[in-house]
Amino acid sequence: MNMTDILIAALVIFVAPIIGCLYAGIDRKITARLQGRVGPPLLQPYYDVKKLLSKDNMVVNPSQNFYVVVYVAFLILSLLMLVFRADILMIIFVYTVSSIALIVGGMSTGSPYARVGSSREIMAILAYEPILILYALAIYLLTGTFKLSAVVDASTPLLVYTPLIFIAMIVVLNIKLKKSPFDYSTSHHAHQELVKGMLTEYSGPGMAGIEIGHFYEYVFLTGLIFVFWAVNPLIGLIISAAAFFFVTLIDNITARVYWQWMLKLSWSVLLILSIVNIAFLYFSEATIM
Amino acid sequence: MSLAKSPWIIHVNCNSCNGCDIEVVACLTPLYDAERFGVLNIGTPKQADIMVVTGSVNYKNVNVIKNIYNQIPDPKVVLAVGACASTGGIFHNCYNVIGGVDQVIPVDAYVPGCCPRPEAILDGVVAALSILENKKKGNIKGKEVKLKGKEVPSNA
Repeated sequence: MNMTDILIAALVIFVAPIIGCLYAGIDRKITARLQGRVGPPLLQPYYDVKKLLSKDNMVVNPSQNFYVVVYVAFLILSLLMLVFRADILMIIFVYTVSSIALIVGGMSTGSPYARVGSSREIMAILAYEPILILYALAIYLLTGTFKLSAVVDASTPLLVYTPLIFIAMIVVLNIKLKKSPFDYSTSHHAHQELVKGMLTEYSGPGMAGIEIGHFYEYVFLTGLIFVFWAVNPLIGLIISAAAFFFVTLIDNITARVYWQWMLKLSWSVLLILSIVNIAFLYFSEATIM
Repeated sequence: MSLAKSPWIIHVNCNSCNGCDIEVVACLTPLYDAERFGVLNIGTPKQADIMVVTGSVNYKNVNVIKNIYNQIPDPKVVLAVGACASTGGIFHNCYNVIGGVDQVIPVDAYVPGCCPRPEAILDGVVAALSILENKKKGNIKGKEVKLKGKEVPSNA
């Protein structure tokens, strides 16, 4: 850990939420345009966070906001590990801790809506976690190590050998960003049914913390897509941005499905896609070094 | 200015005839598009700033509306939409109706009409925004409204 590393870390911590905020703003703008509306200003997510910070803090138990801190802290940690090209398996585990923190926070409030949302989020984790592990396994098979630095220094991009896992990862991105058709744990569009899901009992600064966490999460998840073409950062950026906008498009043209459908989709189609890809890598003994 | 740029609304239906509710929802449609002011229709009172009430208050829902009001964190404003929410409207003399929303919780802005046009509702929301800003500046907190039992008045 030298001086430049500390500088890069500080830069990531401050710049990532700005990028995430812009992502969220563009997302809302695109959604509005697709629905034939003018839409909110580009910086609307920033205004929302600023407003939430100025509101009163209303909590149902003292530990509720602590889970938000855990959520944001572990997201920042996983993002930093991604930037410093650490162990992909470790990154996935650290990232899971942040998701779990939000679930425990929702469960701790005792609201029935939060309970339902949290249990649905657990189902989402059950759906996407195997895909993430197989994604890490593909990196291992291709480079001989779980370290992301090997992917960056490789001669061929990861995507050339893992197109099927890439398709699965797009769906994982969709599930993780809680976009339609998988938007049932915090329900951006389903107020009547679930109020606000997992986040029902958060107010003011606690909710602002979760929003900032979402900004980090946007950057982290598009970062996972970036890894597919990390050898050339420009193409990687284009691919990750395209994946993000594709997810926004899917969000607007699909309706919400049951969580059973998601589980079936993930454990049949996506898992088979990933396993076929892994089997190909295993038997062809391909390498991108 | 931060409050005025992202007012999140909770829509409470107190036995409204649905006329005002349709007009409130019409504000969110592409034609009027309230989201260009940052307005979001939020489900939970804990994240709301503006409480939009339609319909008159009666003995069945009086505790519900007080409860929702108490759960909104400060600063908050209440917007009474429609004749019923403002005064009791056509139902003001009914045996079960208490009257307008201002009989039970403090109301900051009224939107008259039966039912009000979406333009009028948007105008009411924009009027509520400056009140919201003043409340933040003056640090004016909404008083907690005490819930009552299920007593029914003798004239009922």
